[in-house]
Amino acid sequence: MSAPPSERTVSPLIFDQGQRGRANRYVERGKALDAFLPRNLLRDELPLPENTELDVVRHYTRLSQRTFGIDVGFYPLGSCTMKYNPKVNDTLASQHEFADLHPFVPDELAQGALQVMHELERSFCSLFGMAAFSLNPSAGAQAELAALLVAKKYFRDRGETQRDKVIVPDTAHGTNPASAAMCGFTVISLKSDTRGRVDPAEIRKVLGPDTAVCMMTNPNTLGLFEERIHEVTDAVHEAGGLMYYDGANANALMGNTRPGDMGFDLMHLNTHKTFTIPHGGGGAGHGPLGVAAHLIEYLPTPYVVRDGDRYRLDFDRPKSIGPMRSFWSNFAHAVRALAYLYANGAEGLTKASQYAVLNANYLRVKIAEFLETPYPEICRHEFVASAQRLKKETGVRALDIAKALLDRNFMAPTIYFPLIVPEALMIEPTETESKETLDAFVDALREIVETAKRDPQSLMNAPVNTVVGRVDEARAARQPDLRWDPHV
Amino acid sequence: MATPQDLRYSKEHEWARVNGDGAVIGITDYAQRSLGDIVYVELPKVGEQIKQFGSIGVVESVKAVSDLFTPLSGEVVEVNGALDGDPAAVNRDPYGDGWMLKLKLSNPDETKSLLSAEEYDKLAAE
Repeated sequence: MSAPPSERTVSPLIFDQGQRGRANRYVERGKALDAFLPRNLLRDELPLPENTELDVVRHYTRLSQRTFGIDVGFYPLGSCTMKYNPKVNDTLASQHEFADLHPFVPDELAQGALQVMHELERSFCSLFGMAAFSLNPSAGAQAELAALLVAKKYFRDRGETQRDKVIVPDTAHGTNPASAAMCGFTVISLKSDTRGRVDPAEIRKVLGPDTAVCMMTNPNTLGLFEERIHEVTDAVHEAGGLMYYDGANANALMGNTRPGDMGFDLMHLNTHKTFTIPHGGGGAGHGPLGVAAHLIEYLPTPYVVRDGDRYRLDFDRPKSIGPMRSFWSNFAHAVRALAYLYANGAEGLTKASQYAVLNANYLRVKIAEFLETPYPEICRHEFVASAQRLKKETGVRALDIAKALLDRNFMAPTIYFPLIVPEALMIEPTETESKETLDAFVDALREIVETAKRDPQSLMNAPVNTVVGRVDEARAARQPDLRWDPHV
Repeated sequence: MATPQDLRYSKEHEWARVNGDGAVIGITDYAQRSLGDIVYVELPKVGEQIKQFGSIGVVESVKAVSDLFTPLSGEVVEVNGALDGDPAAVNRDPYGDGWMLKLKLSNPDETKSLLSAEEYDKLAAE
């Protein structure tokens, strides 16, 4: 057995390496700096790391080799759409004409960049059936908040300030209740029916003059398509509320169906998921917010307007909720997303979603041979398996399976979400994986389940092949130690 | 862990130790095992009036964040402040040190609508 994590070779922090005075000083602190900075603000006692260039290069190269990402292996993280990110997108985004553009450059000197934003916005509108998109929010959760701020302002303008309830089904995206609460709404959670769908009759029971927004994703987090979505959106509209579509699962839709046609008034996209931008490290994201015609004037600013063959940034939108963040969001992501859109075209995007659905169903059927799949029907881009039976028989939980997958060079799926499936494993393969990769994943999972029946203890110690072994998640949450402190 | 015979239980996996018009509330051993290692417990404020089966707080584990429901109505007279520094007490001793709040019941008759230990065991086994 491998040594416990503390005894394995976890790299010391860069602060704990090197020696005082060892730093390579390519730039000597000269008179110019001293003259520029007030003397009383200069600090000599700052314990900055002092390492040679070689030590620094080795340190960060080693760390980069120890991370796991889509470029290293299969990453079936449900609801996160970890698909391959074509490198050409990065090349295009890092062209100096885009990368070196100063955010304060006048519109007339940034026509190309504005054209990128405009064409991306128009493409999203036609692909998802919305009237306009704001590219300003820089993450999914930020777009959710922006959408709810839009709704709030819309209702205030209509004198309907009593609308303070947001309905969130238990199959919605996990961040929705938090966004609603952050925006000052009261959350009503709605139980899904035995088929994992929202029952229009159930939603009618909670609708009323206090209904502001119903937040859904379709397909939902079980990977199931809400066939009665029109009944749901009609009921919410009749009650005077707005429908919000969470774009977490948009990878199942492209070119096949559109939230706008389903009756959604607001939606966001995670371009970092659906439109191939490297993600998973906590940023930088991109969360364009789309709206139907009646909400356009509330969108965050700025909005790119096309006048003839010229483009300009429009800030003069009195009803706008204002910008969600500085400048033009993560503009390089707009370049990446547009490159992906144009490389695939409408037909390619439609196929991409269809292959994502095919891959998910292939895995679902294969995995059902040895794990429960509580909703055994055709799924969309993802599905949920359960380790409940295995846990009863062997004590091995979804968490242990996830850790054991790391030992076998696969990233773990999302676990314990959605909450309605006990011991959930939420698996999203995406369209960019080959059949061989999917088969290898099934084999690894099958072998783990067989090991659970023979030698459960070995899985409870997993992972044993990774640089860091089983971490104490409870201690990490109870006593988080997030900051380096020179005095400890 | 055996389900204590002297407590009453809700379908949402809370227990109540009723004594006259007072009650101590917590979550069951089954609940703490399903949640896994509990890292945070958010409880209502002392003095708050709470209604039977209403959501009154949050139990957060390494796996999930779950609502806490009250099995009975009444006024919160005390909360277990020790859980702030030691939420693991709920895992170690769900029916003892892991208690969550004390209520002055507004309608002690509600106790009749709760499950006995035997009925609760049957539900948890499903």
